[in-house]
Amino acid sequence: MSMPEFRANSEEGVNIILSGVGGQGVLLASDIIVEVAMNNGIDAKKSEVHGMAQRGGSVISQVRYGEKIYSPLITEGKGDILIAFEKLEALRYLHFMKADGVIIYNTQQITPLSVYFSKMEYPGNISEICAEKVQHVFPVDATVTAETLGNLKILNTIMMGALSNLLEFTTESWLDVISNRVPKKTIELNRNAFISGRKLGLHEND
Amino acid sequence: MKTVMSGNEAIARGFYESGGLFAAAYPGTPSTEILENIGQYSEIQAQWAPNEKVALEVAGGAALGGVRSLAAMKHVGLNVAADPFFSLSYQGVNAGLVIISADDPAMHSSQNEQDNRWFARAAKVPMLEPSDSEEARIFTRKALEISEAFDTPVLLRTTTRINHSKSIVHLHERENETRKTYAKDISKNVLLPSNARKKHVVVEERMKRLADVCNTCDMNRIEWGDKDIGVITSGISYQYAKEVLRDASFLKLGLTNPLPKKLIREFADKVKEIYVIEELDPFLEEQIAAMGIDVHGKEILPTIGELNPNIIADAFHKGVKKPEISVQIPARPPVLCPGCSHRGIFFVMKKLKLTVTGDIGCYTLAAIPPLEIMDTCLCMGASIGYAQGMEKATGDDLKGKLIGVIGDSTFLHSGITGLIDLVYNQSKTKICILDNNITAMTGHQEHPGTGLTLRREATSKVDLEALCRAAGIQRVVRVDPYNISETTKVFREEMSADEPSVIIADAPCVIRARRKFSDPYWVDAEKCIMCGMCHKVGCPAIEKDENGKTKINALLCIGCDICRQVCKPGAIQKPETETRN
Repeated sequence: MSMPEFRANSEEGVNIILSGVGGQGVLLASDIIVEVAMNNGIDAKKSEVHGMAQRGGSVISQVRYGEKIYSPLITEGKGDILIAFEKLEALRYLHFMKADGVIIYNTQQITPLSVYFSKMEYPGNISEICAEKVQHVFPVDATVTAETLGNLKILNTIMMGALSNLLEFTTESWLDVISNRVPKKTIELNRNAFISGRKLGLHEND
Repeated sequence: MKTVMSGNEAIARGFYESGGLFAAAYPGTPSTEILENIGQYSEIQAQWAPNEKVALEVAGGAALGGVRSLAAMKHVGLNVAADPFFSLSYQGVNAGLVIISADDPAMHSSQNEQDNRWFARAAKVPMLEPSDSEEARIFTRKALEISEAFDTPVLLRTTTRINHSKSIVHLHERENETRKTYAKDISKNVLLPSNARKKHVVVEERMKRLADVCNTCDMNRIEWGDKDIGVITSGISYQYAKEVLRDASFLKLGLTNPLPKKLIREFADKVKEIYVIEELDPFLEEQIAAMGIDVHGKEILPTIGELNPNIIADAFHKGVKKPEISVQIPARPPVLCPGCSHRGIFFVMKKLKLTVTGDIGCYTLAAIPPLEIMDTCLCMGASIGYAQGMEKATGDDLKGKLIGVIGDSTFLHSGITGLIDLVYNQSKTKICILDNNITAMTGHQEHPGTGLTLRREATSKVDLEALCRAAGIQRVVRVDPYNISETTKVFREEMSADEPSVIIADAPCVIRARRKFSDPYWVDAEKCIMCGMCHKVGCPAIEKDENGKTKINALLCIGCDICRQVCKPGAIQKPETETRN
């Protein structure tokens, strides 16, 4: 199957949904995409909600870039890419996606507390459900990579690396922004994390 | 130079560029980051107030004293500040004064979704509504200019998707600060009835002059397109509507009080059908309909919740196909953090089967599973008034079983008067102040009880215990909320007292204080009988293994010890290493 291309100069630009659990660094990752787009001379917007959502809850950030962007919110059904830092959070925002879009999800499972005190179960077939609705589904073991690199806080940078395989921006363009946005002491670590994420590549489940 | 900014960052930038010199606020989502960002500009005096009323009064005083000033608040904060807001409209300003109302359609982090555009109309104050971050920057400056030109405070009304969305902003230099001289003027600044009557005439004349000006001001503009559909819109709704109806003609309003009636008629005359696209109430629609113009709006758009491109697309039969998901997805609501100091208190309250009038803060999460111990949450400070009123209504029914619970920041915001009232009116109400020494839920802002200013400089610190005693409470007790048996004992004693009592749960926010009590706890699986008691405290660090036995997430556990204290079979174990702090 050929990989879809996402170009800023396409008619509706590029719509990316980032999701995860509070504390995984979703919001910083979406900041970085917007800055990379802006530095490449492209109009860009993002939207998210602060406050209660940060207390370990589900987090979503929406990024759009293109020649002229109006709404900071993505139209449900028009999402090009969904990048989920935790796999249940891919399922939660699946309704944003178009059929020929791409889902990248981190294989890590973080069980919501509600599963422990209610009858709800953590769904076991997330990858299959995603694949039924969306053409390309790529699992990545980003948490494992983060553990290998010795720091779980770089999960978001690893995910950006994986995502970068689908977008039109150069590695330098990403690394410039990342280096500006992370604490000085962690620049080298984050650069490595990005490269590791990029090398993870995108391989579909059989 | 261009950069990416949230609406809140852009408002701060706009205020800085306009030579602003004084800003005050009480934190409240989605407005909080406005003052935090203003605090980054050392030229500006930026300070947290104990509540929005005080913030607006201090900012109003600074404007009267001659410097460009700003007060920021969330929508319900303007309810608290409504008293100075309405009368400032009569009094006017000296240097410019802008008031930010950050509304929260969809109630992402609020108890109602009131539409604060009505406040501008009711107080006869001009109102600006930016539609992205660049406009947020520019309109902040415009607000100050209008404020000075028309001698009025100006309301800059935003919504969550303006405050918390980010888009590209062009930065400009700061203009020279100007300080206007203060001149005593009793007829203007002392709102005695005899003066206020004359000032009301001034207010009405001012609105007439503004009504003329707003027809030609550049914040209100027509974007001609296909003339079959004419859209009148403002704020974030403009962006959603442009997304869906790219070819239509638009009348985009930035100055929405008063309305540019001449411009609206000119637009209406040239398009076939007029649609007003606005979030929440039919604020524009009703006024335009009252002009005798035939408009569509709320017949196809909701008055509840946020708009988004899908809602508008559906309303115009341009719906987009989206995946239908049939599987049930377990909710992941926000939870009290691992090691949170509130957890032990609510566990004890639940054990003692108390009826709890609650308040606004992280601790409102005690109302949702698994704790579910909070009975009410109305508005800032209401826990105390509610507890007294409930006590007087229920008499013996809830005797010894009723308590109000309130955080330290909320108590200083508007709990003090409730406490004075219950003593004055001879009640025996019991109150628990959860003193974690910070305004936690909005992201850790200082307040008068923390001993630090917005810029974290040392300052005086309110003594909550002495404050309660000065209000007339004889019984003020401190507890360590991490000690369940001691806390239970204190609650039993205080709940049975024949007089009012305040229990202060004394422990800093673990996130703010970066607290780590010990290395992670662990579970002796042989002793775990899967009773589920530990899951009832609702700690994110407590999980289950594949056999259903309790497992502690070592990355999350900070060793607060609550779960070990509630584990009857003694399966949860302390680490062998030394306890650290």
